[in-house]
Amino acid sequence: MAQLLTLVQPAKEALPAINYSAIMPVLIVLGAACIGVLFEAFLPRHQRWGWQVGLTLVAIAAAGVALATYVTDAPAEGEVTLASALAVDRPALFLWGTLLALSVGAVLLIADRSVEPGGALVANAAIRPGTVQDREQRLGATPHRTEAVRFQMQTEVFPLMLFSLGGMMIFCAANDLLTMFIALEVLSLPLYLMAGLARRRRLLSQEAAVKYFLLGAFASAFFLYGLALLYGYAGSVRLSDISNAAAGTDRSDTLLFGGFGLLVVGLLFKGSVGPFHTWTPDVYQGAPTPVTAFMAACTKVAAFGGILRVLAVGFESTNWEWRGVLWAIAVISMVIGAVLGLTQTDIKRMIAYSSIAHAGFLLIGAVVLTPDGLSSTLFYLLTYGFTTLATFGVISLVRDADGEATHLSQWAGLAKRSPLVAAVFAFLLLALAGLPLTSGFIGKFVVFSAAFAEGMEVLVVIALVASAVAAFFYLRVIVLMYFSEPATDGPTVTVPGAFTTAAITLGVLVTLLLGIAPAFALDWANAGNFALR
Amino acid sequence: MTSSSGSVLLVLLLLVPVAGALVVAFLRDNARLAKQTALLFSLGEFVLAMLAWFAYEPGAEARLQLHFSVDWIPAFGVHLSFGVDGIALVMIAIIALLVPLLIGASWVDKLPEGRSAGGFLALILVEQALTIGVFAATDVFVFYVLFELMLVPMYFLIGSYGGARRQYAAVKFFLYSFLGGLIMLASAIGCYVMAAEELGQGTFDWPTLVQVVSDAPLTNQIWLFLGFFLAFAVKAPLVPLHTWLPDAAAESPIVVTVLLVGILDKVGTFGFLRYLLPMFPDASKTLTPLVLVLAVAGVLYGALLATGQRDMKRFIAYVSIAHFGFIALGIFAFSSQSQVGSVSYMVNHSIATGMLILVIGMVIARGGSTQIADYGGMFAVTPLLGGMLLLAGLTTLSLPGTNSFISEFLVLIGSYPREPVYTILATIGMIMAALYVLWFYQRVMHGPVRGNALLGAMSGPGAVADPETATGRRALPDLDGREKAVLIPLVVLIIGIGFYPKPVLDVITPSVEKTMESVQLSDPVEGN
Repeated sequence: MAQLLTLVQPAKEALPAINYSAIMPVLIVLGAACIGVLFEAFLPRHQRWGWQVGLTLVAIAAAGVALATYVTDAPAEGEVTLASALAVDRPALFLWGTLLALSVGAVLLIADRSVEPGGALVANAAIRPGTVQDREQRLGATPHRTEAVRFQMQTEVFPLMLFSLGGMMIFCAANDLLTMFIALEVLSLPLYLMAGLARRRRLLSQEAAVKYFLLGAFASAFFLYGLALLYGYAGSVRLSDISNAAAGTDRSDTLLFGGFGLLVVGLLFKGSVGPFHTWTPDVYQGAPTPVTAFMAACTKVAAFGGILRVLAVGFESTNWEWRGVLWAIAVISMVIGAVLGLTQTDIKRMIAYSSIAHAGFLLIGAVVLTPDGLSSTLFYLLTYGFTTLATFGVISLVRDADGEATHLSQWAGLAKRSPLVAAVFAFLLLALAGLPLTSGFIGKFVVFSAAFAEGMEVLVVIALVASAVAAFFYLRVIVLMYFSEPATDGPTVTVPGAFTTAAITLGVLVTLLLGIAPAFALDWANAGNFALR
Repeated sequence: MTSSSGSVLLVLLLLVPVAGALVVAFLRDNARLAKQTALLFSLGEFVLAMLAWFAYEPGAEARLQLHFSVDWIPAFGVHLSFGVDGIALVMIAIIALLVPLLIGASWVDKLPEGRSAGGFLALILVEQALTIGVFAATDVFVFYVLFELMLVPMYFLIGSYGGARRQYAAVKFFLYSFLGGLIMLASAIGCYVMAAEELGQGTFDWPTLVQVVSDAPLTNQIWLFLGFFLAFAVKAPLVPLHTWLPDAAAESPIVVTVLLVGILDKVGTFGFLRYLLPMFPDASKTLTPLVLVLAVAGVLYGALLATGQRDMKRFIAYVSIAHFGFIALGIFAFSSQSQVGSVSYMVNHSIATGMLILVIGMVIARGGSTQIADYGGMFAVTPLLGGMLLLAGLTTLSLPGTNSFISEFLVLIGSYPREPVYTILATIGMIMAALYVLWFYQRVMHGPVRGNALLGAMSGPGAVADPETATGRRALPDLDGREKAVLIPLVVLIIGIGFYPKPVLDVITPSVEKTMESVQLSDPVEGN
């Protein structure tokens, strides 16, 4: 009880020391999100888009600068600040950098108004599907309304995105489970809203949002329940305390492993690891494609950042008890992703299953628990994020009269009509398949060699077979694009504006660069271990 | 020893085709210029290969010559390092020889609608660079990277320019090889981890890995061996992992079939010699029965199915499967005679089968059908073409005096002392070769002029075809100057090597002897 009191009421006399320069990137992002909310309240509607986009990009850039400044003289062993709520160590800094860089691309995709007139997001989230207003905001036909309603965008998405990004950054650096839980909610709630904002196919989008919310709420509940059990076990929510408590006591293992299991379920849900993946295909398909890009790239990074920290800092000492379970889950995830991906006919759902398979590969890296395992998983996250971002960027370009043409049959013969887009997409698919000279290969290679060194040969072979199976559905798209005759009423490829072009170029260049010269990024990922305090 | 000029030579060998591909890719609008440029680059590459041939010193102490190395991923001990031994050198030379001939052979090919000659030739040149890289790589990581990358241009060559079932064939080809390659990656990682434990710092350097891994316990060796073996057995291809080859060969354009059967597949048998035997000597010896069973099964099965084929290109595929069985038999019979035989067989098979495929391509170009039943009695109309097909067929069945004879003879005579049973079984395959080749030749060339394709080409369907009439001859011309120019170098090599194989054998023998040393086996019968 006494411990609980101290937890709820920190000692009044001494305020905890705060290292502002260490947490400056997070502060900038969250601060900008608050300013963005004020913009929504006070700026006239037609000015909001410009201000919001500018603010978001400036904020991310400023956070990046703050991060770079801090990194140059950050202590190698990391720093624990805010009454040890946050651990700003090398892995956290690497993940922050990855998240910030990825969200630049995501913002560019979300802000784009050239691919779809007015942008991929709905003009006003309150418009009900199927109504006159819905048709207007979709088609731009405005018999009743003023010009102002046409082709607008729900610009709240920008502060929502910044909040989510801030949540992700805290999530990766959270040093105790309570902070982690708060961060989980901060990152999730905006995502639930953003998933429902598609301009077209509103019903599908809203269904995705509700599904994501309900299942996400369940996952949060699991996490919270696990947290409670672990607090009962260790008497503290700090990861290092849990680790110490588990290291040599006669306390109840039921509490420890029950808590661990529930906690991990919550985390794996966010990382869309099978069998906790059921939301992924629906949400990836229903959400507006730029939002899907943000979700697929950044959420994965944040979720696995959290998983890595929890496993390495909190439960390293008991890993022989639980690693078998996570091995099995990794296998299940790879098999589900690779096999069910084969049967998909919608390209967004296909990439969703691909992300489930990739989550299995990532989980292998996370279970390794050596410095090599940590750095390889971090590197994999970096490579996967950029490839996925660009993939969804390209998907948003292929359109017909009803919006995006996501059915696979509509992609037939694309290479004849737009060779460049087809070539870029084929490159990205080969990167997802893990072909050499793409970042995907180096990512797989580093993760698998770290796992191999820890005696997980069987797991590595299963993963490689799963990669080969998954390669089939990537190849199928290439076959469609290159070797099939185009359909007569097939979709057209929109010539993207500067924003989307920039985002896709960023993703493709990073994918290529990390495939050819990965040494520098491997060094960053290898810079140091978690702060074990 | 390695001279810097030799290293430059190897770098140029790797880069010239890539540069050529880039230039050609930009000339997609002008097919004629694209073809000329591609030919120019491939001829330049051939000259470079000849320079490399003469710069290489077969008797030198160093096994790997023309060596160069640059850091690539220092964190994993990966170097971009290349070098050649005698085995790699002859393969590189044969690639450099074949590609200009292929460009000449495809000069007037009609490409599918919407495809450009520039794109086609660029892919061929990229494939050339990648295969040369695969043979020259002396870093296992780089080898793996190129081994997998090699699939991509081939995938597009089959899928974009192939026949009716090209999509199926392209995907099947890619997936078989990709899966095999990934399993090999697991083994390569295993070797790397082993090196890291042994030396403190992991490396993919081939000579270092050979030292580390070849001392490993037998069980470890067997697992790692199987990973590499699977990739190479898919590539080579050994029965039962061969099913992609008939599809891929049948659906590819003719010159791509040559590339596939003549060059790409050799990576598999090359891998046996370069990676399996030196790195896993104990496992190689332990698993010899497994490989030999597959090899002899391939010889017999390939011969049997070749006899029964109705499609010319599938016929070629099964003939090759039989020949790859022979090559594998020679390698795993562990005598220097049989291994020299196998390596020279790799070269001679490229020449012989390359010629066979090209001549069959010329037949198909005249008749427009790949079915054997659509042809007959062609010799009366096109005697020169008939003669070329006969020569290609005879070297395929290893008639003495042709280049393949010496290889097959060395394989059989070298294998017999250690593996008499398998050798005798494989000899049956040799007899069957005479059957399927000659029967094929007879059906296509001899007898009265017949077959829908031939009659159709000569005078329209249903009409009476008379080889004596001028219209008939004009519709079915004999070899023209371009076709002769393509075939003459091959004819010269077939007969030249058939009578005087010494230059090739001299280059191969020292490297094979080094391979034998690394397996720590001596020849069963001491010969000269």
